Parts: sequence; structure tokens; C-alpha cells
Amino acid sequence: MTDQAYNFAYLDEQTKRMIRRAILKGIAVPGYQVPFASREMPMPYGWGTGGVQVTAACLVPEDRLKVIDQGADDTTNAVSIRRFFQRTAGVATTEATTEATVIQTRHRIPETPLKAGQILVYQVPIPEPLRFLEPRETETRKMHELEEYGLMHVKLYEDIARHGQIATSYAYPVKVEGRYVMDPSPIPKFDNPKLSGNPAIQLFGAGREQRIYALPPWTEVVSLDFDDHPFETSKAPHDCDLCGAQDSYLDEVITDDQGGRMFVCSDTDFCAGRRAKGHAGRLGAGQKSSKTFANSFEGIWPGTEGAR
Amino acid sequence: MTMMERMAVTDQPLLRVEGLTKRYGPRIGCADVSFDLYPGEVLGIVGESGSGKSTLLSCLAGHQRPDLGRITYDGRDVLAMSETDRRRLSRTDWAYVHQNPRDGLRMGVSAGGNVGERLMAVGARHYGEIRGKALDWLGRVEIAPDRIDDRPSAFSGGMQQRLQIARNLVTSPRLVFMDEPTGGLDVSVQARLLDLLRGLVRDLGLSVIIVTHDLAVVRLLAHRLMVMKSGRVVEQGLTDQVLDDPQHGYTQLLVSSVLQV
Repeated sequence: MTDQAYNFAYLDEQTKRMIRRAILKGIAVPGYQVPFASREMPMPYGWGTGGVQVTAACLVPEDRLKVIDQGADDTTNAVSIRRFFQRTAGVATTEATTEATVIQTRHRIPETPLKAGQILVYQVPIPEPLRFLEPRETETRKMHELEEYGLMHVKLYEDIARHGQIATSYAYPVKVEGRYVMDPSPIPKFDNPKLSGNPAIQLFGAGREQRIYALPPWTEVVSLDFDDHPFETSKAPHDCDLCGAQDSYLDEVITDDQGGRMFVCSDTDFCAGRRAKGHAGRLGAGQKSSKTFANSFEGIWPGTEGAR
Repeated sequence: MTMMERMAVTDQPLLRVEGLTKRYGPRIGCADVSFDLYPGEVLGIVGESGSGKSTLLSCLAGHQRPDLGRITYDGRDVLAMSETDRRRLSRTDWAYVHQNPRDGLRMGVSAGGNVGERLMAVGARHYGEIRGKALDWLGRVEIAPDRIDDRPSAFSGGMQQRLQIARNLVTSPRLVFMDEPTGGLDVSVQARLLDLLRGLVRDLGLSVIIVTHDLAVVRLLAHRLMVMKSGRVVEQGLTDQVLDDPQHGYTQLLVSSVLQV
């Protein structure tokens, strides 16, 4: 089968129309979970089927797509989704946040501030913020309808009672425009402040749960907290070892079995951009990028059997 | 001010029930129940199992919708209210103490969180104050303060029931529905609980509708008594009057069935 056998961006036009309706409704009611008829996608649930459908419904041929997974452009999930749209939509792709018009993301918001006109598409595993507090879907819908969000604070209360502080570090619940409590997908709470007042359109797609929700540009998003335990962002107390950035979200990488470790920006584009401008961290000069490292294996694999 | 004076001052009933009927198919849950409840008054509903007292209570509390009748709370028609208003009412002005504490508690949430939930539901956002109030209420129902972070699943049945009562009363409701609240409590705590409830009724002008088959409880607590049988009210009046001089045959049977210690 050739790639031309698919409609532009894989989904048929009727499906895209249905998803666009859901997106428009989501934008009209910020933070409200709009049900939609999620389709089977050629990838497993949990790999971003919701995000892929939202992206497919948003893409036009002129778009330039960026896909990130935990901040990185070169991990399996990101590579496979980017390749999927290269093949089925033929759109240009990029790794640069500033050049992209549509960014599909899993678990991160790029460090580089977004601009008006960009669309950020989140992959959402569980859209319902109240799910683990109230198992009945009928009841959680009613709670959203009637704005009964006391239970959300019970969760935060439990955190403080147990750990002395709000220990929820990702998927930190937020209130949108003073109305709906929303799960921001499993982004670290470090990224929560970027949700609010963002000039880009933010769309959330949950494929298995069949829900779409959205934040239109410049939406007010407040992280829930207590008066005497205010919301605080958190990150590893280090600088990036490659680019030296002090204010970006870091991944911890174990480098050997002697306790060696390094901290690197989880946003690979941000980190690479800083190094290109000459910034360097503790290990900056001598380190290869993960991509250079991966490429260095090419041509080695077939020969490894005979290497001994 | 004594109870009688207070009742004389407030001549408007807090809750007025007229002709309440609930059927389960051809069977009668409760039929044609009417009464007025005044602020600060405790109404006991007694009767044997299956007499419709629990059905009546769940209709009053809005858990079930009656087939016929009117319920007026504080001048407002409860059955005509929107669900938003009714649910707001049931987490601010009303409280419901379940017979089985596991129905009224969140078993996966600590005792403090259980007590604090209603506070947070009505907008409390200060952790220290919520915890302070939770501690205060745990003390009032004789739960040791060091159990505040334990889950109710680690509590005995009696402690769970006391916790449920604390959780319900923390927002100072005006009307409390109780379904066999003293079922799992040992005698000393039961006595203390009855004391506490009497104190609250006096201090806060709390109105209570209490369903029980323990005549000792209603004797201590209830100002007025309603006796139900087969879904109908067979006798009602002042508690002492009904218990000391029962008129209806069933009430006579009920009163004479109590074991004397």
C-alpha cells in the first residue's frame, strides 16, 4: 500500500470534522471535557492516540510539526509520531520550538515560550482529575456540573498530612478561569505556571478515554493549593550539566554503576539551542548529544556478533 | 431559654412534610406521612424493621424521590429545587449520618481528611485551620488526636461511627438526619454521644430527625416521637407521653418489648 492511499493526515474528513467540533466546543468551554468518538489508531493506547487524533484534525499542509516526548525530540514515541505524520500528511517537521506551528507533546511544555498562532497538543492518559478520588464517572460528571471540587482539596490535604507538603509533583490539578478543575496531563508541576496566560492554543486529547479539552490563548489557569501551603514548582536543585541552564526542568541520568549521575535539560531543543550559542555546563564540552551518540552505533550492530 | 420558649418564639417550622408517599412498585415504602419540625427540635421515628422509617428518612434527605407529597424546608419547596441547590443544601445546612459508617466515610482518606472534606467543600482553604477543626471534632467524639492521619479502615466500628458524626457536624448544619446512629457504639460512648447531641441541639438550635429502634435513645434525645408500622404513622406525640401512655396497640407492644435491666 502506498502512502497516497491514506487521506491527508490519516483520518478521513468526516472524522476530522467530528474532532474539530469537539475541539471548538472545548475551546468555547475552557477546561470542560468534551466527549468524542475516538478512533482506532495504528498505535497502542498509551502512545498518544488522543494527541495524534487532535493533531491530525488540526494539521494543514502548510504546518510545520514538532513532536516531543518527555521534552525530547528523539525518543521512540516522538520519532514514531513525527514519522507517522511525515508519511500520512507530508508536512514539514522541525525540532525547533520557535519554528513549529503545531507541537504534539507528552509530559512537557517546551522551555522556549510559545507564541500566538502555535498549537500545543497534549497526550492525556486520564483526563478526569477526580478519577482516583471518586471512581464513578456519573458522579464525577455531576461534580463538574455542580462545581463540587472539595474532594480535590481532600487529596492535597492528604498529601500534606502524610508528607508535610503537597507531594503531588505531576498531573497537578488546576482550575481554569475559576470554573472547571482540569488535569493538565502528566506534565511536571514545574510546567503548571506556563499553562496560564499562554498565547498559544493548548489542546488535550485522551484517546482511550475519548475526551478532548482545551485552553484558548490567554486563559487563566490556577494551580490548586491551600492558603498556608501555597503552590510551588519543583525541579532538581542542579544546573544542566550540558548547557548550564539554571531554570529549566532537568532529567537525572545515571551514567555508571558507581553512583555517577548527570542532570540534563529534559527539553532537548532548548538544551541544544543553548549549547549552539556557546553555553556550557559542568560536563558540557566533552559530552555528545544523545543523537550523535545514537548515530555512532550505526554500522556497528551487524558486526557485533563477530567482534569477539 | 427553655425548649418550649424557643419553640414559641419561632412559630415557623424548619421542615414541613405533607402527605409524603413512596412506593416500591405495588409495595408501600411509606404512605401519607405528615409532620412539622421546628428549629431546635429532635424528632424520633421508631418502628420495627420494614416499617418504612428508613425510606421516609432517605426521601426527606433527598436520596430518593417520593411519589407524592410536599417537603418544605425553611420556606422553600425541596422537591421543586434544582439539583445544584439541593446538593448545596445537603452539604451546608443538612447532614446525614448513615447507619453503616462505611457508607458515610471515605475509607481511603485519613480521619482528618474525612472531617475536613465538608469544610473544603464549602470553601475552606487554610490547611492549619482545617486540621485544627478536625482535631477539635475528633476530640469531641473521643477519638485520640494521634489517630488523625489514620484511615477509617484501621478504626473499630464504633470509632468509624463517631468519626462519621464528627464529619457531619463539623460544618454546623441546621438539620441532621440520623439513621440508627448509635448502632455500633458501646454504652459509655453512646451516653457521651447523646450528651453531645443534646448539647449541640441546645447551643446551635440544631434540628434532628433520628430513626432508631432503641427506645432508650429516643427517650433521652427526642422531644417528639413518631411510631411507624407498615409504612404508616400509627401514633405521634411528645416522647414521654407516647412512651408512658401508648395508645396504639403496636406502640404498646413496642414499649412492653423493651428489656428492663
